[in-house]
Amino acid sequence: MNNVQKQKRANKSLPFFFKDEFKVSFVIIFISVTLLISTFTFDIVPPILNRGIQPATFPKGLLFLIIILTSIVYYLSIKNPWKIKKKLPNSFFLTMISFVLFVVVSKTLDFFLAISFLSIFISFCWGERRVFYLIVVSIIFPIIVFIFFETILGLRFPPGIITNIYYQV
Amino acid sequence: MFAPLLSSKLMIVLVFGTLFGLILGVLPGLGPTTGGALILPFTMTLDPLSAIVLLTAIYCSATYGGAITAVLINTPGTPAAAATCLDGYPLAQKGEAGRALGMATVSSTIGGIFSVIVLVFFAPLLAQLAYEFGQPEYFALAIFGLTMLASIGEGSPIKNLIAGAFGILISTIGKDFMTSIERFTYGINELSEGIGFIPVVVGLFAISEMLTQSTLLDQIFKRVALKAVKLPSLSDYKKTWKTILRSSGIGSFIGVLPAEGGTVASLIGYSEAKRWSKNPEEFGKGSVEGIAGAEAANNAATGGAMVPTLALGIPGSATTAVILTGLIIHGVRPGPDLFREQPDFLYGIFGSMLIANILFFIFGFFGAKLFARITLVPNRLLWPMIFAVSVCGTYSLSQSMLDVWIMLFFGVIGFFMRRYGFSVVPVIIGLILGELVEGTLRQSLVIFEGNWFMFFTRPIVVIFFILSLIALIFPLLRRKKLND
Repeated sequence: MNNVQKQKRANKSLPFFFKDEFKVSFVIIFISVTLLISTFTFDIVPPILNRGIQPATFPKGLLFLIIILTSIVYYLSIKNPWKIKKKLPNSFFLTMISFVLFVVVSKTLDFFLAISFLSIFISFCWGERRVFYLIVVSIIFPIIVFIFFETILGLRFPPGIITNIYYQV
Repeated sequence: MFAPLLSSKLMIVLVFGTLFGLILGVLPGLGPTTGGALILPFTMTLDPLSAIVLLTAIYCSATYGGAITAVLINTPGTPAAAATCLDGYPLAQKGEAGRALGMATVSSTIGGIFSVIVLVFFAPLLAQLAYEFGQPEYFALAIFGLTMLASIGEGSPIKNLIAGAFGILISTIGKDFMTSIERFTYGINELSEGIGFIPVVVGLFAISEMLTQSTLLDQIFKRVALKAVKLPSLSDYKKTWKTILRSSGIGSFIGVLPAEGGTVASLIGYSEAKRWSKNPEEFGKGSVEGIAGAEAANNAATGGAMVPTLALGIPGSATTAVILTGLIIHGVRPGPDLFREQPDFLYGIFGSMLIANILFFIFGFFGAKLFARITLVPNRLLWPMIFAVSVCGTYSLSQSMLDVWIMLFFGVIGFFMRRYGFSVVPVIIGLILGELVEGTLRQSLVIFEGNWFMFFTRPIVVIFFILSLIALIFPLLRRKKLND
């Protein structure tokens, strides 16, 4: 028995709430219902100003449509189960972590530093070990991009440790 | 037609756009849509015509560029080149990579030029027809555009419709444009203006692709050596001229249909080439007809897709959705009035597309070997650099960090959408058409005094509704037939 067959058999024996089809449909419907509830908090326009329909009606209709279509997708998946996905590798989770670190560093320290940090982190996690290329990716290239946006597009980057030094110079 | 292009600045833009498009097309994971979205912030430094010329040049050449990787490493540089792999790579493995690329280059150029001719003739006709359109007709047209999402290449029809509805839902975030009532803003002031198009596109295409690449690090490409691109021989031309013409027609027609693009066109072009071929058994083993069928069709879809984009403001494909955004942010409103008020601008676009097709022929013919070397840049160096450009480009539009967070958020959403079989293209089309759908619906209801049945008293509306119904049912029937 090969790995795919083994996985298929294992998937068949899984309770329905562990299957991808259920998890994905559940998440979509849960978010849609939450948003649908929030549409009831939208302001209501008095009839004299109301043009056609209330502002909440259109999003409500869309959310109902998404819920119905997702239910159909789930129903169809009972007959035709989805293909089994490979487990996500560590490099994916490391990339996701780098996004979180990017947000943290850019909010607390510096935008440029965050880009540099993420670039070196991803490059290293994805297998780059040559110091020269790590420097190119994490320092030289972001500097070029930074200067290009700053001088040609006249962009002002958010303040931070390095950005402040650059603007003072 | 070429008068607006006589300036040296526009020619430089055109050459740069073509070269940049080729690079984007060659690199798997990037492509005209992602590339267009990445370069959109830079176009703010250009005048409207130069900006659109740049975007259309990227569109034309990146669509062709995908064939280079498809032939040499059996990986389509763009989704539209997927069908090219089927025969391009086997022919390259037989030691005829130059012949395969030559056929791809010639058929792409012919397909592209054919589609520009279609664009020049049909866009004004369609625009003239659109003069008859009122708000209800535009609503029905937008609905037709959205139902066409059911039949785009990737994903199941229902999943595509969910993604399309999600895109429209995103367009409702912010102040309601008719009553100024805030929707889904949750007290965040920056959201009252709505969510920008660029953070969503860059997130859904570039960042989600980066996450996808992070799962493919152990992938090994088997490269085929290329000596030089060879022009097809006389016997190759004899064998393929009918296929090229047929696929050019198919590609242009499919391109004109709202939301359909090069991917669907190339698949149909390829399968029709096989159906009409005298040697169908050669397909999949290195048939030049297969390469010609796929490549002529996907490049023909570029001009076709510009027809509804320019004449109606309805994107013909994901990339034309980016071009449409480019037009809008430069203050150009596509539609019938554009044809009446700015003919020079339009002919500038037509001419630039024609020249871009000739330019990528020259660059492809002489430089394919060089462009193929770009694929040697490892992902571990390429993607961090793309991330830096994505972040700065997204931030530059309104100098808001919220846009960067939105980009990352949609990157993660896009990754999981693709993982579970939801195409991200419908989200973009939905986002573009969202305001049109809601606006025209509400204005129509004002005209009809709230009577929904009045829609059915307008013949053009009824025709679009019937077409929408067909667009919905056809892919479901096709899927059922395939399953059976």
